[in-house]
Amino acid sequence: MIHTTRVTAERIKQYLKEGKRFDGRKPENYRKIEIEKGISAHAEGSARVKIGKTEVIVGIKMSVGEPYPDSPDKGNLITTAELIPLSSPRIELGPPKFNSIEIGRLVDRMLRESGFIDFKGLCIKEGEKVWTLFVDIYSINDDGNLLDAAAIGAIIALFDTKIPKYDEESDKILYEEPTDEKLPLSKEFPLSITIHKIGDYFIVDPTKEEEDISETRVTIGGYEEIVSSMQKGMEKSLNIEEMLKVLEISKKVNQKLRKEIEKYI
Amino acid sequence: MSEQERKVVIPGEIIVEGEYLPGENTEKKDNAIISTRYGLAEIIQGLVRVIPLSGVYSPRVGNIVIGTIKDITLKGWLVDINTPTIAFLNVSEFPRFVNKGSLESFLDIDDIAIFKVIGVNSKGIELTMKGRGLMKIEKGMVFEINYTRVPRVIGREGSMVSLIKQKTGCNITVGQNGLVWVSGEDIEKELKARKMIEYIAENSFISGLTDKVNELFGEKNE
Amino acid sequence: MNYLERKMSEFKRPDGRKVDETRKIIAKVGVVPNADGSAMFAFGKTVAIAAVYGPKNMHPQHEQNPKQGTLRCTYSMNSFSVQDRIRPGPSRRSMEISEITTWALSPVVMLKNFPNTVVDVHINILQADASTRCAGINAASMALAHAGIPMKDLVTSISIGKLDKQLVVDVNKKEEDWEEGEGATDIAMSFTGSGELTHIQLDGHISNEELKTAIELGRATCKKIYEIQKKALKEAVKIEEEEE
Repeated sequence: MIHTTRVTAERIKQYLKEGKRFDGRKPENYRKIEIEKGISAHAEGSARVKIGKTEVIVGIKMSVGEPYPDSPDKGNLITTAELIPLSSPRIELGPPKFNSIEIGRLVDRMLRESGFIDFKGLCIKEGEKVWTLFVDIYSINDDGNLLDAAAIGAIIALFDTKIPKYDEESDKILYEEPTDEKLPLSKEFPLSITIHKIGDYFIVDPTKEEEDISETRVTIGGYEEIVSSMQKGMEKSLNIEEMLKVLEISKKVNQKLRKEIEKYI
Repeated sequence: MSEQERKVVIPGEIIVEGEYLPGENTEKKDNAIISTRYGLAEIIQGLVRVIPLSGVYSPRVGNIVIGTIKDITLKGWLVDINTPTIAFLNVSEFPRFVNKGSLESFLDIDDIAIFKVIGVNSKGIELTMKGRGLMKIEKGMVFEINYTRVPRVIGREGSMVSLIKQKTGCNITVGQNGLVWVSGEDIEKELKARKMIEYIAENSFISGLTDKVNELFGEKNE
Repeated sequence: MNYLERKMSEFKRPDGRKVDETRKIIAKVGVVPNADGSAMFAFGKTVAIAAVYGPKNMHPQHEQNPKQGTLRCTYSMNSFSVQDRIRPGPSRRSMEISEITTWALSPVVMLKNFPNTVVDVHINILQADASTRCAGINAASMALAHAGIPMKDLVTSISIGKLDKQLVVDVNKKEEDWEEGEGATDIAMSFTGSGELTHIQLDGHISNEELKTAIELGRATCKKIYEIQKKALKEAVKIEEEEE
């Protein structure tokens, strides 16, 4: 997989000047999104998300444990992203690199800060037993924008989750006996939109060819009108006007993407 | 299997039995010719070979390739040409006189250029930039296709690539290593050429490929 | 054969299969577009995917072999592939299976023309219902071929179980946990297309004689699975008559 060359980068920027991209998309459009849920027999909830050639899978596992002392009546959330070497020639074997960790953390904050999950609803017995939600994200093929794909996957997988039966006396989870009980989630769901700056132009959902030459990016988690988590990534700075523009784009894209995702819930 | 036919074979599969000679990607075992690679088997005048469908490019002397400058040494440039080992362009193989202290003003790290392979041995891969069409790439776009499809993109005696050049007015160099350079009047034309080349690479073995390419150009021209 | 004579009709497998019947097999190549070659292989609910990258330059450099290329298989299970979540990252078990897989496949790969390089085979178990290493080896073998790696042959893997006194093919989790009578014996084995044994592991207890039968049963089953692998590779290429 070649790194986008300097001449090609120049062409991408020239084309963006006309508001166009190599694959025919407008700057603010995503590639074709395909979503499948319930893809895993042993996860309590799961989803596969394809955006163009990018593919991630997400699985939700649940276990019962003690609450944190400062939140005795709330369940726990642990989000992990694994960018596995299977999914790209650029991912090496070994301990997780920063971009793996960042994706896990950004999805975690989107879920946590948006109020999407009612953590009190995950309490079994105050101060003693609460549910822990594990949101595990795996990359299968990286052709750019794993981050937004991971966030969509997490949302769909959480909606797909059925709480297993928990036997308090034996302190065992009867995974073989799923209930019809769904997770305590709000109907409105957050999304994560990452806006990239290439030259003087902003785009969403870059292909790998585009992502290679992204100079800076802002990931915005939340709803159409509300921002609940945000992170600017990479070295280049933005001026105020640009940042305001990013927020405008994020609102518009959030609205549009939401309609597409809703169908699967 | 007969002389005209081509068939998909897998490693370990007996392609043919009898008086045949083992060619590329095959082995003779007893009376049989066995494939050692996933690909298309063909027999030409008793010689059996398998044309690979995938794999990593291995350079041969005379190949035209596109590569990226990765590092600069006192004696020349290290070039990534999509092979496991990095290739080398000696200062003396640059078409102009190069001052030993200023290699980077001719080719700098991350620059991309068209080379010819002049040596492949245990010491490494040697390149030259002396020759027609060998030069630094300054405009247009570079993209990658499966290198095994290069012969189809070029076509018989260059017929396919000529067709695309003619339809788009673009300059096109198809590196044997699967990197392709397209440069034209405007981006639309370059993208049209790129789409055609990617289409051919993905549909290399379907029938009537030239007709299909013509057809696609017809639609796109509207 | 011995194993079939043994009142086959009376023996009930938990999922109703015949003793010499595998679960539904799905085999497919090209599942990871980024890879040089890739494949998916499923025995029922056990699903493995494999992706091959290389030959590429070997890192770290001290592991380079100037005589030939190195095959390096890495097996891992998804955290949610089983009921009790697995912590991400390598474990002793996954490291052993990685090595076993490398040994199972090494006899067929021909890397003498690729000195100092490595061929990476990444195997991920998406979903587990026992026999994951066998599904992994089957996927890896197909992915290697799909990547255009020179090979003598494909490799095919199967688990043979002895449940109480009965031999069965393609053990699932319920059978792996068999407790009645003599309990469960699990024998994982791999063969090349031409019948060389490249891997065998056993846990449990079985008579020497019966083990011979088990190996024969394994070989017979691998022949059938080989045909499925072969078909998947062949069907991935659309080939029609060329125009002149």
